[in-house]
Parts: sequence; C-alpha cells; structure tokens
Amino acid sequence: MNVHEFQAKEIFRKFGIPTVKGGATDSAAGAQAIADGLETEIVVLKSQIHAGGRGKGRFKEHPDLGGVKVLTDKSQVAALAEQMLGSTLVTKQTGAEGTVVKQVFVESGCPIEHEFYAAVLLDRESRAPVIMVSREGGMDIEEVAENTPEKIFKEVVDVHYGLHGFQARRLAAKLGWSGSAFKQGSRLLCDLVRCFMETDSSLMEVNPLVTTTDGEVIALDAKMTFDDNGLPRHPDIEAMADPNEMSPEEVEAKEWDLSYISLDGSVGCMVNGAGLAMATMDMIKHAGGEPANFLDVGGGATEERITAAFRIITGSPEVKAIFVNVFGGILRCDLLAEGVVAACKTLDLKVPLVVRMLGTNVTEGRQILADSGLAITFSEELGDAAAKAVAAAGGAA
Amino acid sequence: MSILINKDTRLLLQGAGRAGRFHAERSAEYCDTNLVGAVHPGKGGQKMGDVPIFDTVEQAMRAVEPTASMIFVPAMGAADAIMEAADAGIPLTSCITEGVPALDMARVIRFLEGKNTRLVGPNCPGLITPGEIKMGIMPANIHTPGRIGIVSRSGTLTYEAVYQVSQVGLGQSSCVGIGGDPINGTSFVDCLKLFAEDEQTVALIMIGEIGGTAEEEAAAYIKESGYSKPVVSFIAGQTAPPGKRMGHAGAIIAGGKGTASAKMDALTEAGVAVALKPSEMGSTLIRVLEERGIDAKS
Repeated sequence: MNVHEFQAKEIFRKFGIPTVKGGATDSAAGAQAIADGLETEIVVLKSQIHAGGRGKGRFKEHPDLGGVKVLTDKSQVAALAEQMLGSTLVTKQTGAEGTVVKQVFVESGCPIEHEFYAAVLLDRESRAPVIMVSREGGMDIEEVAENTPEKIFKEVVDVHYGLHGFQARRLAAKLGWSGSAFKQGSRLLCDLVRCFMETDSSLMEVNPLVTTTDGEVIALDAKMTFDDNGLPRHPDIEAMADPNEMSPEEVEAKEWDLSYISLDGSVGCMVNGAGLAMATMDMIKHAGGEPANFLDVGGGATEERITAAFRIITGSPEVKAIFVNVFGGILRCDLLAEGVVAACKTLDLKVPLVVRMLGTNVTEGRQILADSGLAITFSEELGDAAAKAVAAAGGAA
Repeated sequence: MSILINKDTRLLLQGAGRAGRFHAERSAEYCDTNLVGAVHPGKGGQKMGDVPIFDTVEQAMRAVEPTASMIFVPAMGAADAIMEAADAGIPLTSCITEGVPALDMARVIRFLEGKNTRLVGPNCPGLITPGEIKMGIMPANIHTPGRIGIVSRSGTLTYEAVYQVSQVGLGQSSCVGIGGDPINGTSFVDCLKLFAEDEQTVALIMIGEIGGTAEEEAAAYIKESGYSKPVVSFIAGQTAPPGKRMGHAGAIIAGGKGTASAKMDALTEAGVAVALKPSEMGSTLIRVLEERGIDAKS
C-alpha cells in the first residue's frame, strides 16, 4: 500500500524525523490559507499523487505547469492550486493516462545547501532491511546505481536491533557531513530505519534529503510503501489508503479480498493461485490472445465472491470471453461450479465462458456445470483450453 | 528414498484451528503419514480424534517426539510459531500460512541462524512424498510415486506440474513448495542439493516466477556444480506488467529486475530445459529424458 507525501511526513514526524512546516488540502482557498500561515515568503506547492516524477511531470490541461512548483511570491498559491486541483498529471510513472490531482500540499521553502538521497528497503538478497544513501540527491537513483554504483553507500540492518549508531555515523562520514549536521543526520538515519521497521514498511525513499545552510538535515520529500501483510497491525496507516488512486474495479476486488490486476486484453481470467493465474495469462498470450486481467480467486470460492469476480472482469467492455482455470486443492470444484452457475444467472452473463477444472471433487463440479444448461466450453488440457478461450474472444490478436 | 520427509517422519500440527485440523486429517488419511500430535495454545490436554493436543511445542517434543511440523497458525502469529518449532529442536518445519509480514520473516531468518531447523515456506502448499507422506494442503489424488522431483514457488502451478508428470505416465519422488514470499526459508538451491543426493530422483521440474533472483541463483548453482540430473523449468509471469504485485508478495518486477525473460535466459544458459508454455512441462520432461537416455519409469 502507498500513501501520499503529506501522509508519509505525518508518520515521519511521529518518529522525530525533521520535515519543513506545511499542510495538505483539497481546495485552492485552503491552500492559500496554509501558505499565509507559513512563516517563509518562499513556499512550495506539491500535487499529491502516489506516482513519482511529479516535478518533471506535466498537466494535460496546463502543459507548462509541473506537478511541483516553487513560489517566491506566495500570494499566487490559490491561483496555481486552482489549476492543479482536478487536473490530470502525467509523469513517467503514471502512464499516458495520468492521475487526477485531488489534493495539494503546501510547504515552507528551505535554504538548501546540498541534496542527498536516502532509502530503506527490504532486501531479498540479504533477507534484511538495507539503508542506502548517496550524495546524488534529486537524481534518478536507478541511473546512479547503474552508472556509478560506487556513489551509493549501504548498510545492512540488524533486524533485532535496528541501525546501529556506528553504522549511521559511517554513512554520515561517507556523505561528507560534519559538525551539527553529522550528529543530527546520523540520528535521522537511525530514525528512518526505526520508522521503517515499526510501520512494517517495504520501501521508504527520501529524495531529496537535504542539508540546509543553517547546518540542519531535513527530509524534504517522503515516499513510503507498506507491506500489505503487515497492515493488520497498523490500522492508522491502513486508514490512509486513498481510493482515488485505485480503479473502481480494484476497489471492489479489494472489498472481496480478490487479488486483481487490470490489463489491456480481451480474455478475462479467473484462476485459483497466483502462480497458476500468471501461467494462465502466459498461456493465453502463447495462444495468440491477450489477457484482460490477473485474478486470483484464492481458496474460498463462495457464490458471492465468484459473482463479484465475474462482475469485475466483465466491467471492462474489452472483455470478449472468460477463461476459468481452476486446480482444486483447498478449493473444491463442486463449490466453484455452483458459484459459477449462480454468478452467470445473477449477472446474465453475455460473453462466452471456457472452463478448465481439475482436482478436488472435479467430477461433481463438471456435472453441476453440465446440468446448468449454460453454454460452457470445457477442456481438460491447459493449452487446448487457452486456445478455445482465445477463439471464443474472437480469435488470435 | 525421497527428500526431507518419508514414511518414518513423525508429523506435528501447529495451529489446530479449522483449517489446520482439516488438512491435518487429510494428511493423516494419506498412506503412511504419521500424525503424532498437535499444538494449540489453550487446548492442551484435549484430543483431535486420537491425536493429543499440547499447549506448547516443547511439551509435544517431550511427549511424542515429532521430527517435522506443519504450521497453520494465523499470519500475525506464524513467525512466533516457526521460532517455537526451532527452539524446541524440530528439524523440519513447513509454514503453510499466507500473509506473514516480511519483516517478521527477516527476524525468523536471523533467529534460525545456527539452529538445526530447516524452514520450508511460508505461503506454500507444503511437501509430499507420494505413496508415503503428505505434509501440506495439496490434493493427494493427483500424485503418483515415482522418480521426478518437483520444486516450486507456487501452489496450484505445482499441482499443474504434478498432473502433467502423471499424465505422461511418470510419478514424483518428492514435491516441495518453497512459497511465494520475498523472504523464505528453503531456496531452490537448497532443494537442488537435496535432490542431487536422492537416488530415487532422476530428473527435476523447477517452477519459478517473476521477482527476486532465486531462479538466477539456481541457474548459477546448476552451472557451477555441473549438476548431473536434468532440470526442466517453467517461469510464470512472462506477460506480467512491471511494478504490479502479481498475487504473491514476492512476484513483482521491480526496477527492471526479476523479469521472466532474464530468468529463462539464465536457466537456458545453465543447460536447463525451459518450457515456454506452462502446458509443456510434461512433454519437455519426456523429451529431455529421451535425449539423455534416462529411464524414469522403473
């Protein structure tokens, strides 16, 4: 799960990580009021969407306006916020369709001396959190890692202890910090790791982390992604989820605890198990078609969940056929079949249905589908079933 | 012969809730599976059929001497259950539970260092040695005793591989689901090493998916060790879009890394026969066995 920058900074402040003053709002007047309340004359107006690359991104409606704007005259805040709010920001991470900006964040400007980069992530190779820092702040860090990996410094975190003080000081020295920035910055790095671990984060990025001309170290940006598996123990963070960042289908899928990702093709898929669901998409592609979605119905196939799954899949007008591929283990084929029959009737399903079913109680399951009188194409072999689904959707692309 | 579990394994259930009981009963019904006990805090002294329930793994260890445990404890308590098994000295534990926080797993991995406990999973279907013992949630009836080893990050896709192996007239020595999470206990390389030592296994199917580098590490091991047994592989997620978590927490292409094509290239370069389509795992296996003149039937 992702949160907005202003939410990540709220979390940062709870862990004593310094940020600049500011506030978020969904109205132009509100933005002006926040700006007027700030002590500085220079303010920064930032679009709040989850995707990165906001500064370089541009609005569809205002091609000259970027997603982040530094204003030397804060009386202009309302006018600019008016342009940003409700407009569609396109960045390299949003895709061409962009994301509509619903909230803006107004912050004090600060006297930057140097921009750094800091990130904490769960590293699969070391099987532990790793903190990464660099003097190349504000840059595309993947480019830095690719071209000049020697400019990135890392420390593996002891999960039972957190980042040791000496590790933080080693990083601070490599970043070239000195005096008060050295002491305060080292503490900040430890606090970042503590924040990461205590919130079950999976990725935290501060780009840029800055030193100011007053010798302070401040998190000028904040990006946090949380491990979905850890969310049950952080209801306060879960409440920060923004439904505006999800498609209506994704919102409904989440409600029914279905693992769903929308794609561009014409063959809708309903599968049990993530691996088999991916393999089913691959198989459709090999058969000359394009999958319309990834959908793992999991082990609990009640009538309501299957109906929800079909409703989500057929919500896209691009879907010309549905391919159900189920290998019953925990999931019983007879229960699935009952669910499919009920869902077809409830939704008055118009697109052709291809079903491949194997495993637990498959004989009973097939009988239920055969007795239903629904026009269903069956197949036992994966390749054949995929070919039939692609043909039902109008043939190879 | 087999790997990790066989008819002599003494199986313990951890987490005797509804799902745990259901699957433990199915396991107990299967061939020679010997379910010796269950652990469920607060239910110590009760029985599950004929099987005694204990409050702690330590008590179970003293009373019924289990050699393996399967864990169905809910996600937020699963890490603690794994550590409890290791602390009690159980040599093998398989965590079936899905949704264990990744940071918990990082802590578990550190806890297991220096202990003699192998963890399989979490978020996995468990293990089975067909004809002898089932220690997991897989449908028993698709399995046939035989000489093909199967190791996989995915549950239902493992069943697909088992089904195809049975369809082409062969059986399985042991099947291990290592799980779909980014941080887990047993790796592909661990399983390759175990299968290398197992006389019954003459060839392997290794099912990977996008995300991480476990498949690349397996490819490097196969190449460097001059792995003698043929390996057939399939990588799921060839059509997965980058940046999206495909159901499994570990199945995500991030920062251009972990793509199916990179994994398929690494495996092919290491001499692994990579099936392009998931429907061709069985037929690829047959082709490779014929090419290498290996009899996998007897």
